[in-house]
Amino acid sequence: MFDFSIITTAIDQFLRSLMPSAMAVFLECVLVAVCVIVAYVLLAIVMIFMERKVCAAFQCRLGPMRVGFWGLLQVFADVFKMIIKEIIHFKRTDNLLYNLAPYLVVLSSLLTFSCLPFARGLEVLDFNMGIFFVMATSSFGVLGIMLAGWSSNNKYSMIGAMRSGAQMVSYELSIGLSMLTLVALSGTMQLSEIVERQADTWFIFKGHLPALTAFIIYLIAGNAETNRGPFDLPEAESELTAGYHTEYSGMGFGFFYVAEFMNLFIVSGIASTLFLGGWMPLHIPGLDGFNAVMDFIPGIVWFMGKTFFVIWLLMWVKWTFPRLRIDQVITLEWKYLVPIGLINLLIMTLCVVMGWTL
Amino acid sequence: MKDKITYFGRIYCTLKSLLTGMSVTLKEFFTPKVTEQYPENRKTLKISERHRARLVMPHDEQGGNKCIACGLCQNACPNGSISITTKSVTDEETGKSKKVLVEYSYDLGCCMFCQLCVNACPKGAIEFSNDFENAVFDRNKLIQKLNK
Repeated sequence: MFDFSIITTAIDQFLRSLMPSAMAVFLECVLVAVCVIVAYVLLAIVMIFMERKVCAAFQCRLGPMRVGFWGLLQVFADVFKMIIKEIIHFKRTDNLLYNLAPYLVVLSSLLTFSCLPFARGLEVLDFNMGIFFVMATSSFGVLGIMLAGWSSNNKYSMIGAMRSGAQMVSYELSIGLSMLTLVALSGTMQLSEIVERQADTWFIFKGHLPALTAFIIYLIAGNAETNRGPFDLPEAESELTAGYHTEYSGMGFGFFYVAEFMNLFIVSGIASTLFLGGWMPLHIPGLDGFNAVMDFIPGIVWFMGKTFFVIWLLMWVKWTFPRLRIDQVITLEWKYLVPIGLINLLIMTLCVVMGWTL
Repeated sequence: MKDKITYFGRIYCTLKSLLTGMSVTLKEFFTPKVTEQYPENRKTLKISERHRARLVMPHDEQGGNKCIACGLCQNACPNGSISITTKSVTDEETGKSKKVLVEYSYDLGCCMFCQLCVNACPKGAIEFSNDFENAVFDRNKLIQKLNK
């Protein structure tokens, strides 16, 4: 498989030959940040387009068809509209917190986004407790949502923010448990190492029953974590107008919207890294010819393919089920997902200790 | 009965019903889509058979229709968009007088497409057609004479 670190090392050496090393490191940081932000925005645009088309297909419609071929330019038109819209300021909002909130949400999802291993050697943040870092950064997005609801000085926003606080903090637990299950199986928290250890078989096959249970729990909790699907109570447009971002207009709203979509991408990306092998091609032990053919497909294609498959699964769920009530959401988490997740972790540990994995 | 469902029974029931719902939407995902791209596909446009766009009175080859001028459709119409003019004609053979339709006037602008007139007709003389491109520049053109 092609190793992207060849390119990055070459760029590093080229920059170091031109300027002092501190300067080179600074310039590299800026370059990486620009690349990450551009990738973030482009993926968000792709996902908004996908959301519209998939939603339309589930409702027996065609979706946007007029702007560009098959409506391809529709999202660009929307983004342009969002950028030129006026940002309305209100008198009685808490100005500092009101303006800070969207940036916190975007910052949290950007930090988590940069942890994803896209291909061999193509990962920005990669260190020995990567999973832990992902959980930490993804969970402070809820802070931005709470601040948005609180500082808007609006009852709808407040209720939406409180709901999202209750929901996201609860579901953080079962997401963590299902990640821990996979950490128990892989024996490492470093994301690149986790992918490397799936070279023979992906963890969802290697860990068979407990891994599959963890995958399902992860998908449910991930859907709740991104405030989507049947768990979109913080927004609940029919009850709370738009929930925590009712008072936001222009790019303030745009940030929340993009962050919501990118959180979906991140949840799916982590799911494909942990369960479906990330950028690792499908390898079947014993079939060397098949494995060699699979290796010709670049890692980034594998990663994106798996991630978009998981995104499609989550969209399928979103456009199938009606919204839950808040007590049902909390019941599902605390009475069902957490106990099952804990027992599942125990079973996985037992499987690993006894060597019952494939 | 509800209390008798066990914890695991509930999980089983939930999963089963959720999967049923998901299979329905998965089928929907792959079915041909119903959206019509109207001005572009005007030639191949398919409109649902039961769509009510305009009231028509079908005529046979001789130019005759089934209307017996009973006025039931006029009475059934909630908006008064149908008005029927009749005259009495004496039958030459029997010598009895008989109502005959002179003009069947239908105001498309007043019609709310409730289909009560079609349901009221004892002879099936009127029906709704799919011909939906009814826009005109003058309101008077909406008042149509249905019989020939």
